[in-house]
Amino acid sequence: MRITCPLCGERDRREFYYYGADDYLRRPGEGAAPEAWDSYLHLRDNPAGITRDLWHHEMGCSAWLVVERSTITHEIRSVKLVSDVQEGGK
Amino acid sequence: MRIDGKGLIDRKTALNFRFDGRSYTGFQGDTLASALLANGVRMVGRSFKYHRPRGVMTAGSEEPSALVEVIERGQQTPNVRATVQELHEGLEARSQNRWPSLRYDLLAMNDLFAPFFGAGFYYKTFMWPRAFWERLYEPAIRRAAGLGSLSGKHDEGIYEKAFAFCDLLVIGSGPAGLMAALEAARAGADVILAEEDSRMGGRLLADTVEIDGRPGRDWAEGVLAELDAMPNVRLMTRTAVTGAYDHGTFGALERVGLHLAQPGERPRECFWRIAAKQAVLAAGALERPIAFADNDRPGVMMAGAVRAYLNRWGVASGKSVAIFTNNGDARKTADELTAAGIEVAAVIDSRPDAPALGDYRLYRGAQVTGTHGRRGLEWISVRDQNGERRVEADCLAVSGGWNPTLHLTCHMNSRPVWRPEIAAFVPVDGAVPGLHACGAAAGVFSTAGCLEDGLRAAGAALEAIGQKAPKIAAPKAEDGAYDISPLWVVPGERRAWLDFANDVTAKDVRLSAQENFRSVEHMKRYTTQGMAPDQGKNSNVGALAVLADATGRGIPETGTTTFRPPYVPVSIAAMGAGGRAAGFAPQRFTTSHEASVERGAPMIEAGLWYRPSYFPRMGETDWRRACNREVHNVRGRVGVCDVSTLGKIDIQGKDAARFLDFVYTNTFSTLQPGRVRYGLMLREDGHVMDDGTTACLAENHYLMTTTTAAAGLVMRHLEFVHQALRPSWDVRFISVTEQWAQFAVAGPRSRDLLNSVLDQKLDPAAWPFMACGAVSVSGVAGRLFRISFSGEHAYEIAVPARYGAALFRDLVARAETMGGGAYGMEALNVLRVEKGLLTHAEIHGRTTAFDVGLEKMMSKKKDFIGKAAAARPGLLGAGREQLVGLRPLDAEREIGAGAHLFRKSDPAKREFDQGYVTSACYSATLRSWLGLAFVVNGRARHGETIRLVDHMRKTEVLCEITDPVFFDPEGEKVRG
Repeated sequence: MRITCPLCGERDRREFYYYGADDYLRRPGEGAAPEAWDSYLHLRDNPAGITRDLWHHEMGCSAWLVVERSTITHEIRSVKLVSDVQEGGK
Repeated sequence: MRIDGKGLIDRKTALNFRFDGRSYTGFQGDTLASALLANGVRMVGRSFKYHRPRGVMTAGSEEPSALVEVIERGQQTPNVRATVQELHEGLEARSQNRWPSLRYDLLAMNDLFAPFFGAGFYYKTFMWPRAFWERLYEPAIRRAAGLGSLSGKHDEGIYEKAFAFCDLLVIGSGPAGLMAALEAARAGADVILAEEDSRMGGRLLADTVEIDGRPGRDWAEGVLAELDAMPNVRLMTRTAVTGAYDHGTFGALERVGLHLAQPGERPRECFWRIAAKQAVLAAGALERPIAFADNDRPGVMMAGAVRAYLNRWGVASGKSVAIFTNNGDARKTADELTAAGIEVAAVIDSRPDAPALGDYRLYRGAQVTGTHGRRGLEWISVRDQNGERRVEADCLAVSGGWNPTLHLTCHMNSRPVWRPEIAAFVPVDGAVPGLHACGAAAGVFSTAGCLEDGLRAAGAALEAIGQKAPKIAAPKAEDGAYDISPLWVVPGERRAWLDFANDVTAKDVRLSAQENFRSVEHMKRYTTQGMAPDQGKNSNVGALAVLADATGRGIPETGTTTFRPPYVPVSIAAMGAGGRAAGFAPQRFTTSHEASVERGAPMIEAGLWYRPSYFPRMGETDWRRACNREVHNVRGRVGVCDVSTLGKIDIQGKDAARFLDFVYTNTFSTLQPGRVRYGLMLREDGHVMDDGTTACLAENHYLMTTTTAAAGLVMRHLEFVHQALRPSWDVRFISVTEQWAQFAVAGPRSRDLLNSVLDQKLDPAAWPFMACGAVSVSGVAGRLFRISFSGEHAYEIAVPARYGAALFRDLVARAETMGGGAYGMEALNVLRVEKGLLTHAEIHGRTTAFDVGLEKMMSKKKDFIGKAAAARPGLLGAGREQLVGLRPLDAEREIGAGAHLFRKSDPAKREFDQGYVTSACYSATLRSWLGLAFVVNGRARHGETIRLVDHMRKTEVLCEITDPVFFDPEGEKVRG
């Protein structure tokens, strides 16, 4: 598997650390209901198809990435910097 | 028997080798198989299950029968295919699966009991008594079955792994592969041409083919010379591409030193990972046998292999060769044998309308119904419309047609499709993105067709990467039609082999269907068809044809089993190259490593780091004495300990303080320059992630320390929090763990010791507990932190790593003159347990700030990572296991971590569990064993007596639950 880091270019997946679904990007604000936290921490889809998950270019530039890929064909549709996706966040 | 003037062997270079203890001679360019055949050795092994005599069947990596052990320097490598092992001077090999010898094998009696040993025999027979399976049945079966054996020694051989990158990977170097490589190379693409054989050319080396009016092999030489001269082409022989993986990644196994008598420094094998933008699969096709009675007798070979041995190695596989075929390829075999002066005993062609093409005996519409001969083929029975007859032959060349080598196209879940006109499966387009199958691998069987198809495939690949294909005309070559009329199995009572490597017969497959294992995947597992080292390369299609017949379905409906990598066996050592012994994990050494080793300190692993366990002195008979002394040194005088392994993260920026407030439970924005604060970090799920101190070095400049174990984890976490949750904040951080050497100087005389090395003496008023600042050590700019992990008046001094070794030696030497010295991990642990300080033994991932008694550190005034989840009802309250201290009622009774705790009156069973011990040590200071433990509602139970049961060490000790801080609970010493 190869991932194209927006900063470093195409690299072998061994350079990356896999974290989990990109749900982690949508952290509930202070005072959010327990259900929102439960959903944020624990509830995940398991799609047969397109999924978006987080990878960390740990052995490269340290960028956190959102990788959009297909769990069926393994095709990678896009790789974006988390910081770009989240820009405008708090 | 050698044929004069034939073959690509170097007859001037004779090579001596041994097989089963006997000496033979071959030539440079031989494989072990060709050399054995040339020496008239026909029987080379015994079969897996029935111990039947077996000989060489093929001339390639698909060989199911000629598996041998190769002996080298005290090692033995089992299941080496004699057809792949190149001959070298002094090669030593022996046959497998026989006892006492290949000729007289006692277990050959298995064959007499064959009626009982059909598929499923083991499942049905060795059912009970149940206990007999492990002790009796399995060991007995294992001894009887199985193939080669290992030496039992460590494999000390050298292996390598490597990465390669290219525009186009061409797999296979026959006519299709050569044309593809040539076109891409001329287009300027970066090309790797990988060939599993030792020599490029594919079937052009094995068959007599003309290309552009020249012998095919000469044409190949010309193309290879052109490719070899181009800087954008890499030719990789002895390199089998073993698997196709995501995004253009291919695995490949290169045999680097296995063919050499003196490999020197060369590795045995190298496992490649090749990242290719596009790939062309030109892997050719594999000839398949026909199942008929006793078709496994030595001397029965694949027709294509008989031609290969003749043309490539100048070896006649027999004196009189019969040919059994269901397709037009027989003509080639007969013509080439005749031309080489070898007698063609007969051609048995199953097609009733088979054309008569040469001057040899042809039986049309005929079948071979049996083979005969004691240790090798002597004659065959042939049946046609006129009845049964006997044909004398010592070799039978069989061709049941060809299966495209499409394995790689199916490694990413694709299934091949059946093409009835060639009676074979072919790959589907786009099965692996960027992989273009062509030539025989795509079901194109004429030489002209392969040349054309190679150009087409390379053209498609070049277009995909935006390169322009040069105009190349395909050379002229034979373009005959491939005429086949399927014949899978000759009807008859006797056993007809499908899978030679695993001893699976047509009858076994029919039995499988009869017992309702009708799915091809079930049949495979029931019969073990295709599960041997050859993975059924030349037998799977035949087996599923028999299954299709037995179940009344067609072959396409029956389908294939799943193709999985690797295409050929890959040694684990090659895949894990570099990972043996110390190569398994990198070793990280501190700057004091050498000095510690010189002092005799046993080094223990802490993650990847190595840290001194203790520093033994003369007269100390065990580690505990050394540890006790080191603890006394710190409590009474001064000790020095390398703490460089703790993670150090330099954090800077306008929002650095805000950021720290967000990642720590407690507040850091109030921390003044020159001060240090202890911080607690949670995961977002509310459990403790890590703890450590963070120093404010200057405005907007902090130095965070993490535990040794969690340094990488915390760094990754900080990056995530910043990039994902607070991307607009102005904060940057970098790990400086390796840039600074840091030593704890602890004990009542720590200030005296530091004053002796610092350029300016410490002003006690300016250096209260939790102060930090810049210092100068012999002119070197360093940092000093007044922090303590021992409860003593202590400091940590940091200097740039290049001065670490010198400073450590200096500090320890000075400490020794003061009656102290270096201390190691054992003493460090005792010191911190005495003070009830935490390590990852306590913050092990399932404990919360509440559990470890630090809930007050969770600020109510701000948001922080883990705040919401830490407030969950289930993570608070009396039901939680809380951190406590433990003291055995009898101070000398040893307690150990991992033990569980029970009420005195309760049985020591899981359902009565009250908690568990996380850390334990003998405190020389308090002259008692001490423990840290988590106990249900523990903070309310101080003073209670509890039963400690160590089921592992079989001990039981009554303990008192106490406060976790055993020593100096008021913290007077640390502030003193």
